Amino acid sequence: MAKQIEQLDRVIIRFAGDSGDGMQLTGDRFTQETASFGNDLSTLPNFPAEIRAPAGTLPGVSSFQLHFADHDIMTPGDSPDVLVAMNPAALKANIGDIPRGATVIVNSDEFTRRNLAKVQYEVDPTTDGTLDAFKVSSVPLTSMTVEALSSCDISKKDAQRAKNMFALGLLSWMYNRPTEGTTSFLKSKFAGKPAILDANLKAFQAGWNFGETTEDFAVSYEIKPARLPSGTYRNITGNLATAYGLIAGSTRSGLPLFLGSYPITPASDVLHELSKHKRFGVRTFQAEDEIAGVGAALGASFGGSLGVTTTSGPGMVLKQETVGLAVMTELPLLIVDVQRAGPSTGMPTKTEQTDLLMAMFGRNGESPVPVVAPQSPADCFDAALEATRIAVTYRTPVVLMSDGYLANGSEPWRLPDVDDLPTIDPGFATEPNGEDERYLPYKRDTETLARPWAVPGTPGLEHRLGGIEKHSETGDISYTPANHDLMVRTRQGKIDAIARDVAPVEVDDPTGDADVLVLGWGGTYGAITAGVRRVRRSGAKVAQAHLRHLNPFPENLGEVLKSYDRVVVPEINLGQLSMLLRSRFLVDVIGYNKVRGLPFKAEELADALREVIERD
Amino acid sequence: MTSANLNGNDEGTLAGLKLVPSTDTQYKAKDFKSDQDVRWCPGCGDYAVLAAFQSFLPQLGVPRENIVMVSGIGCSSRFPYYLSTYGMHSIHGRAPAIATGLATSRQDLSVWVITGDGDGLSIGGNHLIHALRRNVNINVLLFNNRIYGLTKGQYSPTSEAGKVTKSSPVGSLDQPFNPVSLALGAEASFVARTVDSDRKHLTSVLREAADHPGASFVEIYQNCPIFNDDAFTPLKDPAARETRLLRMEHGEPLMLGEDRGVFAGELGGLEVAEVTDTNRDRVIRHDAHRTDPGYAFALSRLDLPAFEHVPVGVFRNVRRPVYDELVNEQVSDARSERGEGELASLLAGGDTWTVD
Repeated sequence: MAKQIEQLDRVIIRFAGDSGDGMQLTGDRFTQETASFGNDLSTLPNFPAEIRAPAGTLPGVSSFQLHFADHDIMTPGDSPDVLVAMNPAALKANIGDIPRGATVIVNSDEFTRRNLAKVQYEVDPTTDGTLDAFKVSSVPLTSMTVEALSSCDISKKDAQRAKNMFALGLLSWMYNRPTEGTTSFLKSKFAGKPAILDANLKAFQAGWNFGETTEDFAVSYEIKPARLPSGTYRNITGNLATAYGLIAGSTRSGLPLFLGSYPITPASDVLHELSKHKRFGVRTFQAEDEIAGVGAALGASFGGSLGVTTTSGPGMVLKQETVGLAVMTELPLLIVDVQRAGPSTGMPTKTEQTDLLMAMFGRNGESPVPVVAPQSPADCFDAALEATRIAVTYRTPVVLMSDGYLANGSEPWRLPDVDDLPTIDPGFATEPNGEDERYLPYKRDTETLARPWAVPGTPGLEHRLGGIEKHSETGDISYTPANHDLMVRTRQGKIDAIARDVAPVEVDDPTGDADVLVLGWGGTYGAITAGVRRVRRSGAKVAQAHLRHLNPFPENLGEVLKSYDRVVVPEINLGQLSMLLRSRFLVDVIGYNKVRGLPFKAEELADALREVIERD
Repeated sequence: MTSANLNGNDEGTLAGLKLVPSTDTQYKAKDFKSDQDVRWCPGCGDYAVLAAFQSFLPQLGVPRENIVMVSGIGCSSRFPYYLSTYGMHSIHGRAPAIATGLATSRQDLSVWVITGDGDGLSIGGNHLIHALRRNVNINVLLFNNRIYGLTKGQYSPTSEAGKVTKSSPVGSLDQPFNPVSLALGAEASFVARTVDSDRKHLTSVLREAADHPGASFVEIYQNCPIFNDDAFTPLKDPAARETRLLRMEHGEPLMLGEDRGVFAGELGGLEVAEVTDTNRDRVIRHDAHRTDPGYAFALSRLDLPAFEHVPVGVFRNVRRPVYDELVNEQVSDARSERGEGELASLLAGGDTWTVD
């Protein structure tokens, strides 16, 4: 008898297990199945910095949360509807986030006395009533996998390792996911290992079949595709979108991309990705340290490449002296800071927005740089392209502020038409611009205040750049007081004037009469938007805006801030944008700040907004 | 005329410049002087190096616009300002990193790094050793005056232990680096030493450095008359010079003056001894092309205690794969195998779906 199918509009699933259990892969495959089915989705991988913490311990727990729906959604979800816990540690580490009534599927094979003891469970929580508030399914995932693979020519250990595919098969059945993508993925991944491929395919199928036949699961669910704007879509993470945006910046400017980088979590995937794309003329340089990474990038920029460096907070600190040199030499340079929890080593795999003031002010002297932030994983593409445009047009280093949540999270991305992407004109200097055939490297464009960019190899324009203060036209060393004052103001003025060339901040205020504005930046866009929707659904009014440009601010920002009674600024820091807004606009914004290493939840933001809206 | 174009004419292309365009322009030294006033202290050894370098550059046969000087911070790092080529006076210690990015992305440039004992061996030591091991096609000129000049006289990583300076009033405690030993330990493929006051020798070493594909490291003993005057006097005094300077010529016997020579010592080391009729044929003939760096390293240790016997010339000059060539080969291989990258198909890679 066919099982009942229930319709849902959205589901949040969290896969959790040991670092070695393959939870990221399982989550990623389920995501791809869901993407190809046409749901809107948003993901949150969450893993420890340790590569393989001792098996079965709390520090070793890795999880992957996926929110998918038949409508557009903004976040990976506050509270999972389903938790898949591959061992007692995964259960213990995650059960606190699971709301009453949710489904909990545990791998009962792993609930041995020894494994329970590792996480201080004295009694098996699946049998002692601890989980009475949940719908618990105890499934012997490991032994059923081994059983299903008894005919395979592989070791017992390899058979056990395939249990994540069994779990994926079970969940794929439960939510009626298309399976072709996973099948072809496995075929390609294990192309050289037929026995392992066979085992994984069988485990995946066995999981599906188990769902279909067992009485434990009476119902499967269907979530219809979302009605997204027409176009071709793919699922994409923030780091991948960043890499693609940089390549797009290179092809649209005609500047070969040179990446100087040192591996650092959570930015390394951008280095990994770019190192694959040599066909685009991309040169990647894994430097001896963070300083050399940005130094080589600046050297390449001097030579006429699009110099890029990628890093996270601890590396950003080290690069700042070189960023200052780029400010002084006025060369294009992109610094991608994938922010993570700090200070110091902090929590490498956890997200934060705590580098904003460092990007703004973390250098000696008056050293302004434009700061651009993406707002969602897919938006990293557009933000990287915009950062490139500003860097090349204005001959300046630009900081692109991604974060760990954007970097590893994913969402559907509607592919842009390549021909519609902006073109970027490097406008290299080829002729002298001064009297007597002299080249004046600091004689500026009157419109943009950008200096000319003459690359080595250009005859007649030989010149010397450097970190020492220079004359406002000739670029010769100058210690003249008035010249220094002029240069300090000119460098600042050039960056300030970029405000004229960036899109005004757009306010979403459907009724046009909200009293409260919520203003965010960077990776919190999804959570803020979801929170705003909840507030509006409950009948309250709130306006929303999100900043792409943190420096300079869009020209209309002051006016926008002043047209609302109260402005709420949620940030995953202790109020860095708030500080900038207060000092710049004398508006006493209300911060909402949590620094837990995790994205905001929609509901907490909704509560915070309601509280401000209801204030007298 | 032997000193003219060495790049791409009958006299042969310098291997280190094979991807740099050549020119028929007959430059003179003055063509490489910039319009800036030179601001080193009177008597500074940097003047001599600058003059020698400006006279040497025409020999490269390279268009002026294809020569780039990159320096760090320190007295010697002002060098680029005084040359009419492209240049960048960067930040302390980072010149090798900046030059690596430039040389890797622009093989048509002749890239020179100007650094000092503080810039290159202290704050920038890490970048120097990595540039050398990678064998990026750059020429590193390390001006060693064994003192911090620009910060007014503190001991440097090449100052002798016990040196009394402003920051070491009762003597410095640090064991110094031997820059040549360090470079050899960092897998450098070309390592040489010369002296600021010997223009002919300096020029011949520069020429060999330019000829070498990959990273060339040249230590230049350079006198600081203000904070460390006479640091190299034992090597400059005509009488003492002949007994201390070991002029290395590839293929020639290693002799100090007429009477002493370099012999094989114990456990692969080298030693200086009197040359007699019976041992004359055992004097080592210099071989800069030995693959094993142990011999060059042993040579670099001959000056202990300092300046006892100081080898000058090319310690080591071997060919090995050049970093920037390898990087660019990977790019051209990828393109010839799979064609130029196409943005639209890159973006659409992976699993896609269509919404009508």
